[in-house]
Amino acid sequence: MEAYFIAIGIIALIYVILSLGLTLQYGLTGLINFGHVGFFAIGAYTSALLALKGVPLVFSFAAAAALAGLAAWPLGLVSLRLRDDYFAIVTLGFSEVVRIVITSERWLTNGVQGIPGIPRLYEGLGGSAAQLAVLVTVLAVTLVGAWIIRRIAGSPFGRLIEAIRDNEEAVQALGKDPARFKIQVLVVGAALAGIAGAFYAHYITYIVPDQFIPLVTFYVWMAIIMGGVGRVSGAIVGTAILMLFLEGSRFLRDIVPGVSEVDMASVRIGAVGLLLVLFIMYRPQGLMGDYTKR
Amino acid sequence: MSLEIHDISKAFGGFRALDGVRLSIESGSLFGIIGPNGAGKSTLFSVVSGFAPADEGQIRLDGQSLDNLSPPARARAGMIRTFQVPREFRHLTVRENLMAAAPKQTGESLLGLFFRPGRVREEEGAIAERVDQTIRFLKLSAVADQPSGKLSGGQKKLLELGRALMVEPRLILLDEPFAGVNPVLIGEIMERITELNTRGIGFVIIEHDLEALTRLVPQLAVMDRGKVLAQGAPQTVLDNPLVREAYLGGVS
Repeated sequence: MEAYFIAIGIIALIYVILSLGLTLQYGLTGLINFGHVGFFAIGAYTSALLALKGVPLVFSFAAAAALAGLAAWPLGLVSLRLRDDYFAIVTLGFSEVVRIVITSERWLTNGVQGIPGIPRLYEGLGGSAAQLAVLVTVLAVTLVGAWIIRRIAGSPFGRLIEAIRDNEEAVQALGKDPARFKIQVLVVGAALAGIAGAFYAHYITYIVPDQFIPLVTFYVWMAIIMGGVGRVSGAIVGTAILMLFLEGSRFLRDIVPGVSEVDMASVRIGAVGLLLVLFIMYRPQGLMGDYTKR
Repeated sequence: MSLEIHDISKAFGGFRALDGVRLSIESGSLFGIIGPNGAGKSTLFSVVSGFAPADEGQIRLDGQSLDNLSPPARARAGMIRTFQVPREFRHLTVRENLMAAAPKQTGESLLGLFFRPGRVREEEGAIAERVDQTIRFLKLSAVADQPSGKLSGGQKKLLELGRALMVEPRLILLDEPFAGVNPVLIGEIMERITELNTRGIGFVIIEHDLEALTRLVPQLAVMDRGKVLAQGAPQTVLDNPLVREAYLGGVS
């Protein structure tokens, strides 16, 4: 049971890192990024492939962050010319392009067969000690990420990206270029997603393109909506609720009669969907959200 | 600072919103633009501030051509516009709105933020002081820490003026600063504008309210259907038969 909780903890924290990126991009800046999973995938594959080539994990993680961040650059340039809703579609398309590229470029990614045998973090420690060490490491990275986002949110930079969210033209009229800020926000969020992807790859040890479907992006969206958009605490609490439902509903089959293993997968997603609807109806600002602000 | 608008035309589809507009506005002046709805006044502001590129014509600010500059670059050249419908940063407080408008902040770059925190703190202190002055000047102290989205229409107009002032421009383009504002506040806004003008800031003011505008500005232009009909002192301009015909519907 303890191992199970550690496993859930690691996955939950990986989702928190993803949520932090989206908190910065959507919550503070108002950028509707529907392609978050694309950067997650780039991070996972980058680190996995480099690690299998013998690159030390510290560097493969750094490369994951850098490459994911770099991939966000062109999207940032696109975002300058597009209205919010179009940008959302472009990002969604981007993440699907990433998934299709990793599916079809077999020479690099081994296609649908995926990449097995990705080295674990702290392999030398073995067993539950290694698991615990991974948990602590992900936790540390999450805390650093949370600190960075909070620091940004409370800074002049944060003030300006919130101004961009509220009215981009007014920001331009004051002599400031929203583009510069949006690109930075996209790059930082993508780099965080890249790191999350690297943790994921080295934790699961086996990645295939199917793990990087848009549903992952929308899980992250659900988390920040339930937790409260634009708040670091919201990203954390929202992810906790999401995990509680995704994982907790596993145990439902012991209680609810007549539901098979296969049915259960659908029931879980349905349960999360219902939860999201209830949140939007009764607490649209999210659990940690501020009534006065939204 | 002089603003020269030379033969500006702008069409939306088949509709010529601006048709060879020519205006010359002198440094530090208080200049009004009046005209009926759809005359092209706001479009002129959008073209001058770079939000809607002109089809034809040139715009020069103090001799510098603005034609190839983006809206932020035009603002940085010393000319700030406001909007007809106020565009406050509604989730930010009045104070934060003004802080955000201050130019050249080290803390607005991520590198500066994380690697020069001391300098960021110092600048924030200096900006906060200027913001306090601006808030007092505009008499917004009572609402300084309220989300700006909750202000009244007139207060939002004042806030937009305040944000423009934070940039320390030489010329401010005000789009209907008195529209939807209660009469007491109109007097207030006028006083502020006059006072700022004596400090050397030029204003171009679009206004629907003819009476209010003629009390405020020594020079104005009348626009109708994308053209400037007349320009000069209010009384001369209003006595112009063309203007009477177009703007006042020929009623004497």
